[in-house]
Amino acid sequence: MKLFNLLKIAWKAIILNKVRTFLTMLGIVIGVASVIAMLAIGEGSSQSIKSQIAKMGSNMITIRPGSEMRGGVRMDPGQMQTLTLKDFQNLKDNSTLLTYLTPMVEGSGQSINGTNNWPTSIYGVLPDYLAVKSWEVKTGSIFTEAEVKAAAKVVVLGQTVVDNLFSEGVDPIGKVIRFNNIPMKVIGVLTKKGENTFGQDQDNVIIAPYTTVQKRILAIDYLHSISASALSEEQAQDAVEEITSILRSSHQIGPNDEDDFNVFSMEELVSMFSSTNDILTILLVAIAGISLLVGGIGIMNIMYVSVKERTREIGLRMAVGGQGRDILTQFLIEAVMISISGGLLGVLLGLAASFFIENILSWPTVITSYSVVISFVVCAVTGIFFGWYPAKKAAALDPITALRYE
Amino acid sequence: METFVETKVKTNTRNMQKRIIEIEDLKRSFVMGNEVVHALKGISFDIKEGEFVTIMGSSGSGKSTMLNILGCLDKPSAGDYGLDGMLTNEMSKNQLAKIRNHKIGFIFQSYNLLARTTALENVELPLMYNSSVSSTERKESAISALNKVGLQERMYHTPAQLSGGQQQRVAIARALVNNPVVILADEATGNLDTRTSYEIMALFQDLNRQGKTIVFVTHEPDIAEFSQRTIVLKDGKIIKDALNSNVKDASEMLSLLPKEDHETE
Ligand SMILES: Nc1ncnc2c1ncn2[C@@H]1O[C@H](COP(=O)(O)OP(=O)(O)O)[C@@H](O)[C@H]1O
Ligand SMILES: [Mg+2]
Repeated sequence: MKLFNLLKIAWKAIILNKVRTFLTMLGIVIGVASVIAMLAIGEGSSQSIKSQIAKMGSNMITIRPGSEMRGGVRMDPGQMQTLTLKDFQNLKDNSTLLTYLTPMVEGSGQSINGTNNWPTSIYGVLPDYLAVKSWEVKTGSIFTEAEVKAAAKVVVLGQTVVDNLFSEGVDPIGKVIRFNNIPMKVIGVLTKKGENTFGQDQDNVIIAPYTTVQKRILAIDYLHSISASALSEEQAQDAVEEITSILRSSHQIGPNDEDDFNVFSMEELVSMFSSTNDILTILLVAIAGISLLVGGIGIMNIMYVSVKERTREIGLRMAVGGQGRDILTQFLIEAVMISISGGLLGVLLGLAASFFIENILSWPTVITSYSVVISFVVCAVTGIFFGWYPAKKAAALDPITALRYE
Repeated sequence: METFVETKVKTNTRNMQKRIIEIEDLKRSFVMGNEVVHALKGISFDIKEGEFVTIMGSSGSGKSTMLNILGCLDKPSAGDYGLDGMLTNEMSKNQLAKIRNHKIGFIFQSYNLLARTTALENVELPLMYNSSVSSTERKESAISALNKVGLQERMYHTPAQLSGGQQQRVAIARALVNNPVVILADEATGNLDTRTSYEIMALFQDLNRQGKTIVFVTHEPDIAEFSQRTIVLKDGKIIKDALNSNVKDASEMLSLLPKEDHETE
């Protein structure tokens, strides 16, 4: 009965002081919404980095020449010729932990089609390369083993190369382009992959049989690298060790000598990224924590000031017979109503903001339930506490002291 | 051993007239830093049911301090205060709140109405804190109190839409709504012009005729002339406590005021 009256009084106070109610709510709404949106951005970025790394093929292994000392001078790995087709064959015959395996030679130069020309890289590989990189051919096909054997002048183009060499609507399949003045027949186009995590355009590439690139373009007989896939991500590290031991024995490297090659697995890259990502997450949590703190202080201030402002009102209510607990109950009801509804509005705004960021600004966001719960609870509790605490102090005053409060 | 109240109750029955307020050697001092202000230095008097008493004195003489204690808004530093046969000295905060709610109607110089709240809701306020009053009873009582002060037409107006005199009438209605045993008014006409003051005094005289006990604090001698008894304070002590031989009638005085002084409200 009396509680009903107090509810009525609290409700009156809320609707009679729209500006105060609005400002108090605003603090809570902004606090909750910004935390939700911030964590959604953080989580979205982190998940998108993870999935991009996964797309890069996390069981990929690359073998390059390197680390050989010649008279105390470390050689430029690009100039070293210690990796040969024999190594590739050796690995193909002896490794047990690799699925796909391809030799690789890289060159760069001008590709020309009529009056269009475009600088790009050419990768000489085996068809397995696509499987290693998880790439796909969109139209046409990859070259065959026979074309590799024959060092056929055939190429598969990345989308960027297609866009720069051919006018729109022209099907490049079957056309002949020139790479460093060597005519090459286009037999396929790769599916567009976009930029990788480092911002490199993955579509600015030409793929050709390694024999073609070795003999016709570069005129070399060694390899720049060998790419392979481990059976699984978990076995990548074991595969690295297996490759190392096979190559050490075939290169006849003594137990105390350094390798003349390097084996990298994507695993290492992934773990490097995970630690970067952990830092990002910590940073975002810190930012969210700070905005929650700032929001909380804002709520606290408005609540505190508004209760102080209302000390005379509290004095009057006590003068006409309100007891301390009546005053406290009224302010608690007010604070609960404002904080809960502000918190709910904040959640809605946070979700809307995340939706906007995702769909209009095209930045990936993922809303996590813990961000919603934590921000709501922290802001609501702050709002309720700071509505209650100064009211408790005011209600403990003598009515006359409260009435005289300036 | 007889308590103060028991002694007084006997006196009451002997005199056949109920004493509403009984104070005995009341003191109130304020500590300001390392200085002590003695606002009341031992005050004793009784007020009987149906009396209309003014408390006079210059500014700073302790009138408000006195009235606040009578209104249970403040507690004395020493001495006894009995209200309607109950000794208030040892009462808890909650008990005092109940006393204020059931037995006292307090009127402030600055009205102290809730802003943006209608006259009706302002008058209802004391009853909101009385759980034994239903919402219909509450509304009826508030309307009847507003009738008594002549504001039935202004029920739904907020303080901002009312003149000073009307706001004070709302405050008076609020003081009447719980049917208190005593009405306490602190400089209730202090913010009003002469005509409006007289109108308010006429209202108080009316209420007094209907049996209300009224204690009215003022520093204006002409206002004091409307009451039956005047207690004069000086530096926290009573220097005079006398019946008024020539009580003036406020409505009569109103009609004597020059016409051009009239202000429409
Ligand atoms: N809360 C207070 N703290 C300190 N001194 C006070 C307080 N209230 C009143 N006083 C002092 O008590 C004396 C009486 O004040 P008051 O009762 O307000 O006088 P009056 O109402 O007659 O003008 C004054 O000297 C005043 O300064
Ligand atoms: Mg005063």
